[in-house]
Amino acid sequence: MLTILFDGIAYGMLLFILGIGLCITLGLMNFINLAHGAFAMAGGYLAVVMMNSYGISIYWCLPAAFVFSALLGALLERTLYVHLYDKSHLDQVLFSIGLVFIAMAIVDYAMGANQQIVNLPPSLEGRIDFLGASIGVYRLFVIAICGLLTVGLQFVLAKTRFGSRLRAAVDDGRAARGLGINVTTIFALTFAVGSGLAGLGGALSTGIISLDPTFPLKYMIYFLIVISVGGTTTITGPFFASILLGVADVAGKYYVPAVGGFIIYTIMVAVLILRPQGLFTRSTSR
Amino acid sequence: MSMSHLTENSAGASSRLLSAAKWRWYEIAFWIVAASLFFVFPTRLALLTEIVTLGLLALSIDLILGFAGIVTLGQGAFFGLGAYAAGIAAKYGMGVAPLSDPIVGLLIAGAVAGAVGFVTSFLVLRGSDLTRLMVTLGVGLIFAEVVNQARSITGGADGLQGVMLSPVLGIFDFDLYAQTAYVYSLGTLFVLFVIARVVMNSSFGLSLKAIKGNPLRSRAIGIPVNPRLIATYTLAAAYAGIAGGLLAQTTQAASPDMIAFHRSADTLLILVFGGAGHLYGGIIGAVAFRLMQDAFSSGSPDVWLAAVLNALPSFLNFWPIPNVLTVIFGLMGPKYWSLWLGLVLVLLVLFVRGGILGLVQSIYVRIFPSRNKVKP
Repeated sequence: MLTILFDGIAYGMLLFILGIGLCITLGLMNFINLAHGAFAMAGGYLAVVMMNSYGISIYWCLPAAFVFSALLGALLERTLYVHLYDKSHLDQVLFSIGLVFIAMAIVDYAMGANQQIVNLPPSLEGRIDFLGASIGVYRLFVIAICGLLTVGLQFVLAKTRFGSRLRAAVDDGRAARGLGINVTTIFALTFAVGSGLAGLGGALSTGIISLDPTFPLKYMIYFLIVISVGGTTTITGPFFASILLGVADVAGKYYVPAVGGFIIYTIMVAVLILRPQGLFTRSTSR
Repeated sequence: MSMSHLTENSAGASSRLLSAAKWRWYEIAFWIVAASLFFVFPTRLALLTEIVTLGLLALSIDLILGFAGIVTLGQGAFFGLGAYAAGIAAKYGMGVAPLSDPIVGLLIAGAVAGAVGFVTSFLVLRGSDLTRLMVTLGVGLIFAEVVNQARSITGGADGLQGVMLSPVLGIFDFDLYAQTAYVYSLGTLFVLFVIARVVMNSSFGLSLKAIKGNPLRSRAIGIPVNPRLIATYTLAAAYAGIAGGLLAQTTQAASPDMIAFHRSADTLLILVFGGAGHLYGGIIGAVAFRLMQDAFSSGSPDVWLAAVLNALPSFLNFWPIPNVLTVIFGLMGPKYWSLWLGLVLVLLVLFVRGGILGLVQSIYVRIFPSRNKVKP
């Protein structure tokens, strides 16, 4: 019971790190980027290659995955995404699905279609017993990193000048522009950091969830659920949504495996039915 | 503005609407060509039949996306529901009418999908584009999961086997060369197309265009926005169900693949590729898409690569050109089909507005600017 809760929390925190960039960019630019998972996949595969082929320690792989995905995100944002901001939502959806397809094919070509397995260092393997619950060391590691990142993110958003500018831009982009805040630059930066976090999450996830070329498509749905349940205006909303989703998914798969993914989809649709406007007031008001 | 002016204007408007509803020569030519393919490609009729079902599914998305302006990622759910409904009906009919009658099967498929579409339409009509996108996606995933889990009825991951059909109209049995299948599905497509054409050229269709343009203003001038959208969504769901039913009947099987997410995404692509909002866009997109896919899956990139490398002039034969060519041709294999699909999507969104038909239209306008002047 406690073990499941713990696993669920670890999974949820991972989902949060993977999806938070999407939440912020969606709230900021009202841009539907279904290709967010592709950046996570990029980070994940980079970490796998570094660890398995070159034997580089995971502690170096994680920052490398962050930097790699952030640079990739910045590059694509400046060259491709920037043309899409004033297009319709349909165009954005098609464009980002197109990117997902391309990313899947490239990864398939370069790395093969099979699932990637990483060899974790011995210090991160094994389980420890705590209050009768068996806790995986790696999951503890994931929770620690994701927790630190969450606190850091919250600090940046709440206390720094950049954070207040970002919040202003999310709340009302036009007014923020009028006040002399460079929303475009903020967006580019946020997009890069969000992609980087996704990449970091992808690298972390290799030890917990499977990494194969269908990753961006599979987890796109999870990100969307996190957004739909948590909203896009704060980071606490998506955070609790991710934890909830993680626990519900792990517990659901453990206790009622026959129902499978059914539970989370139903939760998502139910939330959207009960609070359709409340969650997306922002996108309707623009 | 005087009264006579008003009536003159409205007379002009109605005549313009009437002329828009008239059949053009190229439309007639289109259907003649479609029918004559039966004789031109007698060995490829199975492929053509599949194109017809895809085109019908794309047409159903066109009804809600191209005309009513609702973005959906869940049309595949209705397609799959229709496929399973028709398949199950035929299976329990044991090849005997009425349950195994193909046309009855299609009606069942359309009714089931339409009913589910009607019920779920109330969910879809709430919220913004993004909410709609996710609700349609979520509903689609739920049905895919249901089909996967209800093993005793649907056959689960193995798919539904043993679909037996009685002859179409009691006369034409389904044959190995898909001759009956092609004529039957093309006929169904034609009938449904004509119905859609009539509906979309009626005042109902015009009000949909108004809603798509500006829902708030449409409501203000007295168009019942939500009932219209519900009706369209239901109609589109029924169309998708019939398309699924057609595919299940002509392939004599139904599989979870028919209800999977990628079908919704692919068909959306097909429609956008062909040109949304034209009625013909989906069908033309389906032809282009399926032919492209077929070319990829039957192509032999290794042979082409060898040919190109042989023909490569020596002054170009230095690093990295041969290596790059090897990679490009390597990516042309059927496994990496999604790369080209994605590339087409990205380029389409960035450069070509309105798909193939939009392109044709803009070229036409450029050549004959006088014929397309907007009348006051």
